[in-house]
Amino acid sequence: MADALLKIEGVSKRFGGVIASDAISLAVPKGELHAVIGPNGAGKTTLIAQLAGEIAPDAGRIRFDGRDVTALPVDRRSQLGLGRSFQITSLFLDFTALDNVALAVQAHAGHSFRFWRDARREPELREPARAALARVGLAGRSDVIVSKLSHGEHRQLEIAMALATSPRMLLLDEPMAGMGPDESARMVKTLRELKGELTILLIEHDMEAVFALADRITVLVYGRIIASGPPEAIRANAEVREAYLGEQEAAHG
Amino acid sequence: MLYLLEQCLNGIQLGMLLFLLAAGLTLIFGIMDLVNLAHGSLYMLGAYFAASFAALTDSFLAGIGLGLLATLLAGMVLEVIAIRPLYGRDHLDHVLGTFGLLLFFNELVRLIWGPAGLTLSLPPEMLSAVQVLPGVYYPLYRLVIILATLAVALLLYVLVMRTRIGMLIRAGASNREMAGALGVNIKLLYTLVFGLGAALAGFAGMMQAPLSFVQIGMGENILILAFVVIIIGGIGSIRGAFVAAMLVGIIDTIGRAFLPDLMRNFVSYSAGSSAGPALSSMLIYTLMAAVLVFRPEGLFPAAQR
Amino acid sequence: MSVRLTPRNALVAGVIAILALVPVYAEASGNAFIISLFTRIVILAIAAVSLNLIMGFGGMVSFGHAAYLGIGGYAVGILAKEGVNSGFLQWPLAVAASALFAVTVGALSLRTRGVYFIMITLAFAQMVYYVAIGLDRYGGDDGMTIYKRSQFGAVIDLSNKTALYYLCLALLLAAIYLVWRLVHSRFGMVIQGARSNERRMRAIGFPTYRYKLLCFVFAGMLCGLAGALLANHTDFISPAMMHWTRSGDLIVMAVLGGMGTVFGPVIGALALLVLEEALSGITQYSQIILGPLFLLVVLFARGGIDGLLVGGRHG
Repeated sequence: MADALLKIEGVSKRFGGVIASDAISLAVPKGELHAVIGPNGAGKTTLIAQLAGEIAPDAGRIRFDGRDVTALPVDRRSQLGLGRSFQITSLFLDFTALDNVALAVQAHAGHSFRFWRDARREPELREPARAALARVGLAGRSDVIVSKLSHGEHRQLEIAMALATSPRMLLLDEPMAGMGPDESARMVKTLRELKGELTILLIEHDMEAVFALADRITVLVYGRIIASGPPEAIRANAEVREAYLGEQEAAHG
Repeated sequence: MLYLLEQCLNGIQLGMLLFLLAAGLTLIFGIMDLVNLAHGSLYMLGAYFAASFAALTDSFLAGIGLGLLATLLAGMVLEVIAIRPLYGRDHLDHVLGTFGLLLFFNELVRLIWGPAGLTLSLPPEMLSAVQVLPGVYYPLYRLVIILATLAVALLLYVLVMRTRIGMLIRAGASNREMAGALGVNIKLLYTLVFGLGAALAGFAGMMQAPLSFVQIGMGENILILAFVVIIIGGIGSIRGAFVAAMLVGIIDTIGRAFLPDLMRNFVSYSAGSSAGPALSSMLIYTLMAAVLVFRPEGLFPAAQR
Repeated sequence: MSVRLTPRNALVAGVIAILALVPVYAEASGNAFIISLFTRIVILAIAAVSLNLIMGFGGMVSFGHAAYLGIGGYAVGILAKEGVNSGFLQWPLAVAASALFAVTVGALSLRTRGVYFIMITLAFAQMVYYVAIGLDRYGGDDGMTIYKRSQFGAVIDLSNKTALYYLCLALLLAAIYLVWRLVHSRFGMVIQGARSNERRMRAIGFPTYRYKLLCFVFAGMLCGLAGALLANHTDFISPAMMHWTRSGDLIVMAVLGGMGTVFGPVIGALALLVLEEALSGITQYSQIILGPLFLLVVLFARGGIDGLLVGGRHG
C-alpha cells in the first residue's frame, strides 16, 4: 500500500526461547484507526516498544511515512511525528499536569538550550499545553501535582502528552487500562474525535471500545498475526473467536 | 623473567583478596539489591579483630578464627540495626546511608584501638619461601593466601549451588516476594547473607594484614577496586567477580611493577617514578570505562531479575 | 516574583543576613578565626550548590565532584609555582580545565546510570587523585604551599581576609541566582524531567544525553571556580582536596540542607561545618555522632532541613 503512513515489514523479536514477534507485517494507511488485539502475552507491548524504538527488532523493517526508522532512537522517532502513550502510566509525578504537558510541547518547540527565561511563563509552551489538557477533559486539573491525580486522570494525561508532541501518528498502549465504564466512555469519545486528524495504532483489551472505534483490526496470538481486517470480518472469524474472543466472553459471561 | 613470574603470582594473590571482597559485595547487591559503601569497614574490622585476638591468645590461627567469628557477628548485628531500614530504597539512599556508617566505623576504630594502627605478625613457620618451580622461590604466606581463597571460593560455590541454603539464596535473589510467600524467612536469610559477606570481607582484611598494615581507612582504597571488579565482572555474578578480580589483580600488579621502568625509558627518571603508579592505577579505571562503554552489563552478567 | 514570608524564605533570608554580617561580628568581637571558618563554609557551599545542580535537580549522583575542587585549586597552584600569578589568567584556566575534565568524564559516565554512574564518577575522581599524588614537582602526596594569592591588580587584594570573604560571598550569591534561573529555564525543565522520568523524556522527543552532559559541565565549572577560591583561602593545595571522602562531604551537605532547592546546600554546608566545629570542641570523635546522624537523616528526613520546613516533600 503506497499510501501507508506506517509499514511494518517482517518484524521479528525473540527473548531467549520466547518468540515475542513472529514476522509481523502490517500497513496502516493515513487517517486509519487500527486496533491490535490479542490475549495476554501475545506480544502487543513488545510490538509497540519496537515501533517506538525502545527495543530493536531481530529482523524486519519499520517504515514511517516512507522513511526507514528501524535504527532510529526513541527521541528521533518522536521528532518525526510518531507519538506514544504507555500502558503502565509513565508521567512526571512530582510536577503538575500542566508542567507535564508543557514539557511535551517544549520537546517539539525547537531546542532547549535556553538558560534564562522562566519556562513556566512562556505562552508558546503553556497555551498549547492547556489546549491539549482541555482536549482530554483535564482543563480543571492543570495545576494539580500528578501524583495526586486519579488513575483515570493519569490515563487521560498520557493521551494529552502524546497529543502535545504534535504527532502525525499515535501508538496507544491500552489507554483504557484500569478505567471504569464512565471514564472509558469519555476516552472513547476523545479517541473518536481524534480519528481522522491522526493515524492511530491502538492496543486495547476493551472490546466494546475496539469495535466502536476501529477501522481495521489485527489479531495477535503468540507473536503472530492470525487475522487482520475490518471489524465484522474479525468478529466472524472462527479462529479468532476460539483464540481470543471466546476467552473474553467467558470472562464477561 | 623470574621477576615477571613473581609479579604474576602477586597479581593473582591480590586478585584473590579482591575476589573475597567483591564476592561479598556482589552477593549483597545481587540478593538484597543493596549498595554497601561500608563493606570496606568490615574489611578493616576483620583485620583489627584478628590482630587483637592474635595478640591476646598469642596465636595467629586463633586470631584468624576468632576474628572471623567476631566479624561475622558484627556484620549480622550491623545488618539488623542499620542496614534493614535501607532495603527497598533507591541506591542513592544506600550510598548515603552506608557512607555515614563508613565515617562512623573509622572513628569507632580510632576510639577503641587508637590512631596508631596495629600489627599482625605471621607465625615463624609461615615466614619461609617455597619452591614453586625449579629455582623459583615464592613466599609461603602469599601461597597460603592464594590457596585459602581458592578453598573459600570453592566452598562458596558449593554453598550457593549445592546446598539448601544456597537454593534459598538463589530463590530469594530471583524472586523475593515469591520466596517470602513460600515461607522462606527472608529477614533471616538476608541477615545471614550479609554476615557471610562481612566474614568474606573480614577474611580478606586479616589475610592482607601481615603483608602490609592494620590501620584506619585501610578499606577505602581497596573497596573502590572491589567495586571496579564487580562492575567489570557484572553485578550479581560471583563467577564474574572471580574472573574480573584476577584481571584487575594481575593488571594492577604488573602495571605497578613495570610501568615506572617503562616510563623511565621514555621520560626522565623522576617523572617515570611518579607517573608510573598514577598510570597503572588509571589502567584499571580505563578498563572499567571500556567495559561500561562496550558491555555495560559486565563480562558475566547475572540473569536479570 | 512575589515573595511571601514562609519558614523557608525566612531561613534563607536569615542565613544570608548572617553570612553578610560575619566580618562585622569578627571585627567587633576580635575573633579573626570566624572569618576563616566562614570563608571555608561559603566556598564549600558554592561547591555543594554546583553538585546539587546535577544531583538534586538532574538526578546524577556524582561521587567524584571533589575532583573539580582539586582541578581548580591545582590550576591556581601550578600556575602560581610557574610564576603566573594573575588571577585573570589563573581563574579562567581553572574553570576551563574543569570544563574539559567534566566533558570527558561526563561523556563516558552518562552512558550509565544508577549505581554504575556513582561508581564510575568515583573512579574518575580517584584517577585525578592519583595523578596529583604523582605530581612530585607540585608537592605530590604532601601538597604544596602557595606563596602568593591570585593577583587582581587594583580590583581586589585577596590577601585581605575580609576582601576574600566578601568576594566568595558575592560569588556564592551570584552562583545561586544563576543556578536558580538555569533550573527554571527550558534547559532546567529538561534536566528535571530527565531526573523524574528519563524514559518519558525520550519518548516525547528529547535527546536527553546532550542536555545532561552540558549540565554536568556547568556543575564542574562552578566547582572548579570554588577550587580556585579554596586554594587562595588555604594557601595550600594537596591531593586530599579531591579524595573521594571529600566528594562524600559535598553530598552530605546537599542532602542535609535539602536537595530540592537551590539554596538547600548552602544551609547544609553551614549546618555541617558548624556542627563539626562544635562537636570537635566536645570530642575528638565527632564522626561517631555525625555518621549515624547522617544515616538517620537519610532514613527519616530525606528532604533535609529544607524538607523539614516545608513538610517533608522533595521536589
